[in-house]
Amino acid sequence: MTRIGVVTFPGSLDDRDAARAVRLAGGVPVPLWHRDTDLAGIEAIILPGGFSYGDYLRTGAIARFSPVMETVISAAGRGVPVLGICNGFQILCESHLLPGALTRNNHLHFICRDQRLRIESARTAWTTGYRPGAEIVIPVKNGEGRYVADPDTLARLDGDGLVVARYLEGNPNGSVADIAGITNPAGNVVGLMPHPEHAVDALTGPGTDGLGFFTSVLRGLVRA
Amino acid sequence: MRDTVEIDTVEQAAASPKLPQPYAELGLAQDEYERIRTILGRRPTGCELAMYAVMWSEHCSYKSSKIHLRQFADKAPQSDALLVGIGENAGVVDIGQGWAVTFKIESHNHPSFVEPYQGAATGVGGIVRDILSMGARPVAVLDPLRFGPLDAPDTGRVLPGVVAGIGGYGNCLGLPTIGGEVGFDPSYAGNPLVNALCLGVLRRDAIKLAKASGPGNQVILYGAKTGRDGIGGVSVLASATFDSAGFGAGDGDGEGNGAGGRDLGGPAAKKPSVQVGDPFTEKTLIECSLELFERNLVAGIQDLGGAGLACATSELASAGTGGMRVWLDRVHLREPSMTPHEVLTSESQERMCAIVTPAEVPEFLAICEKWDVDAAIIGEVTGVSPAEAEAGGRLVISWHGEVVVDVPPRTVAHEGPVYARPFARPADQDAVVADAPSPGRLARPVSADELRSTLFRLAGSANLCAKTWVTAQYDRYVQGNTVLAQPADAGVIRVDESTGLGVAVSTDGNGRYTRLDPYAGAQLALAEAFRNVAATGARPLAVTNCLNFGSPEDPGVMWQFAEAVRGLADGCRALGIPVTGGNVSFYNQTGDVAILPTPIVGVLGVIDDVARRTRTGFGGVGDVVLLLGTTRDELGGSEWAYAVHGHLGGLPPAVDLAAERVLADLLAAGSREGLLSAAHDLSDGGLAQALVESCLAGSVGAHIALPGDLDPFVWLFAESAARAVVAVPAAAEQRFTKMCQARDFPVARLGVVGGDALDVQGQFSISLAELRSVHEATMPAQFG
Repeated sequence: MTRIGVVTFPGSLDDRDAARAVRLAGGVPVPLWHRDTDLAGIEAIILPGGFSYGDYLRTGAIARFSPVMETVISAAGRGVPVLGICNGFQILCESHLLPGALTRNNHLHFICRDQRLRIESARTAWTTGYRPGAEIVIPVKNGEGRYVADPDTLARLDGDGLVVARYLEGNPNGSVADIAGITNPAGNVVGLMPHPEHAVDALTGPGTDGLGFFTSVLRGLVRA
Repeated sequence: MRDTVEIDTVEQAAASPKLPQPYAELGLAQDEYERIRTILGRRPTGCELAMYAVMWSEHCSYKSSKIHLRQFADKAPQSDALLVGIGENAGVVDIGQGWAVTFKIESHNHPSFVEPYQGAATGVGGIVRDILSMGARPVAVLDPLRFGPLDAPDTGRVLPGVVAGIGGYGNCLGLPTIGGEVGFDPSYAGNPLVNALCLGVLRRDAIKLAKASGPGNQVILYGAKTGRDGIGGVSVLASATFDSAGFGAGDGDGEGNGAGGRDLGGPAAKKPSVQVGDPFTEKTLIECSLELFERNLVAGIQDLGGAGLACATSELASAGTGGMRVWLDRVHLREPSMTPHEVLTSESQERMCAIVTPAEVPEFLAICEKWDVDAAIIGEVTGVSPAEAEAGGRLVISWHGEVVVDVPPRTVAHEGPVYARPFARPADQDAVVADAPSPGRLARPVSADELRSTLFRLAGSANLCAKTWVTAQYDRYVQGNTVLAQPADAGVIRVDESTGLGVAVSTDGNGRYTRLDPYAGAQLALAEAFRNVAATGARPLAVTNCLNFGSPEDPGVMWQFAEAVRGLADGCRALGIPVTGGNVSFYNQTGDVAILPTPIVGVLGVIDDVARRTRTGFGGVGDVVLLLGTTRDELGGSEWAYAVHGHLGGLPPAVDLAAERVLADLLAAGSREGLLSAAHDLSDGGLAQALVESCLAGSVGAHIALPGDLDPFVWLFAESAARAVVAVPAAAEQRFTKMCQARDFPVARLGVVGGDALDVQGQFSISLAELRSVHEATMPAQFG
């Protein structure tokens, strides 16, 4: 059974949800504490949503310096799949594992709603299970989810096919180019603002469209 | 630093009996002050006076409401489900399979008017700690809110701030917000209502109680450091009224009985009395506490809320062995210059007080350190002599070696003053009741066009319009157990992932009904919450309430209160569900004008398998739409009378609790047997509004034919209680109808689900797109 680490920072909120999603996808979730530095036996890592350390400074700015992140950064460099959801995406940007930044929503409010997305890249470790161009509905919920990057970075993301998902039917936060998620050139690190872990059970979410992120990585790891 | 501050010790108090003391400024009446002197046999020290003042405030002591609230216990129906009842931090209900849930609702009205964001945020924080202190993991929040008119300038300040505060705090704690209400009326313009209900889940054998037992056990204060925020919150803010100017100087005396002259300034001057929330600290406090509970390291626990340490130490001691010794200088402070009475009465948030056996202290402190939660051993439980026990125990608090408090804690916490305030039916009550919305008094729509435009007007009115602008700012998904959330009739939370066991919760309240008839109004609030819970397929089990009223010193308000409590207690007995706890909020008025009396009632129900929950929105095309219950010409206090005519008079709809029970039984049976594809209770706005909501929630139209025996207007807009609209697959229609007939419950076939319009035969047809734009445009048009 494939073991996927789910990091809990003080202030993480969706860690139990991410663990449930891993379990429903057929993997074994392993809780990791923000002070952990040993990832023995962990084959992929999820940085869940929440407000790490309260996020009173810039979102993710403190978490980026936590002991576990040094290990995550070096594991990402070795090709270990890493998925940052919401606050996790913010932490990945602060850690420079992904370019750009997440800023305050353009309308200045927190927003929680079911959001339609288009999967733009099925070549990342977390999206191989989706058909390129597939449309899915998963919840978005954030106060600081507006993705921004300089023009060169945006051109590179576009040109190299590094945009993983875009918002459809209304951009919930003013993200540039409707970007909802991006990946690194190697495709193992993915940052995603919406929450696939909240769409793994039709009873408690808008559907099961989010499960593919977790089954994708598990399938890839079994093959590898 | 402390050398520069004169500390009033017990020794000094005994030596200077004639020293004038500022009891009136602290909100105490003269006879209350005299009583303190009698209890102590001397004048109180400054710390003792502050302690009695906050604990004997209306907010903490329930001195005006106590004699009425006893009915909730006296009239409580027999219930095997009740594990912990009224009097603890929150009631606990057995839901089977070894699981229990705890829930409670509280108000944070005045702080939210003064400082909307922090007031609302700390309201959520406070109720969450109440739930946590029962040993439960908080799992959901509901927020009943009332504001002044939607377009009033101050609503533009208060509402967005309150909503952002609830979201900012609740979202950051990882608590889904699954329900509540947003209502508007001019009476709330200078005194909004911000109530918050929290739901928690625990194993039934893991309940924690707020008592300090076992001499030698240690008293540990953990969580945030103590600062100067919120000092006097309960006595200055929660137990006083705002003046008519809202932001002018001066305010009414809060506690009456001749203790006048309390000029503490307007809301701006009271800002320091509003606490400041830090949800991150609360989040780590929750996780840390849950780990402490899991390892069984806590012998007793109390959260710190109103009245801070004064409340926690006296209540813990009074409920336990009776003795406690506290070294107040050991409290970790944010501001080292704080005086002992400030430390005692500070309402700094995110703090808990635990009673821990000496052997377990090291492990307790290690877990706090793991979570980076600050902890200090501030005292210990002490034995009491029989004479001391008789006098109410003994709580001794010292400050750098000097004794500043030496009181019997029971006299502080549990034996405060009790008032039988005079009450009288208001002079204008008969005139209001006589002014019924008869066809001669209020013009009714007759033609198809008039009915159509009335439906539009209501669907887009402040009270009935979609509240997505508000609820989209709340996280509904976190924790992954939200099965239903607003705008569903009730929120439904899965408790056990393996069995599907879950609970449903709804809060309801109608100030207009209660103004017309407080006894019936409280019962209608109860009936609506009961019905909403039943509509999801759950079986109602227990009740909590937040009673928002004007000044108890006004006999008319006191009559409203007494009648509402009597109605609620009788109603709970009739429905067979006990009150497990709640909160009273008095002094909700602007100058001499009280708010509409607003008892908010929360009902909790259990559902054996959340997969069987019934949705609000219409589903399958071709499903048959049925109306359950009896419709009468009942429009007193209705949304139609208010929104179209600005009228409030007559009597509210008749209460029929026996019918409510049968209806709930039908809705539960229909869900259990899988016969219902949708169910929605009828309340404000009547059948018309229910159809609008069911169509929009399901994104599907309906073809409706109104039965001929009543005026179409009455069918569409009357607000008769004990009714629901349901959709059943055509194949199940006969079986469900027979179930209704077997119970002798009225059922009428209204039509079928389908199409992309709400089509009322012979009257009008409105496209869903048009309905949606009217229903959803109101809030964004006001707030952007």
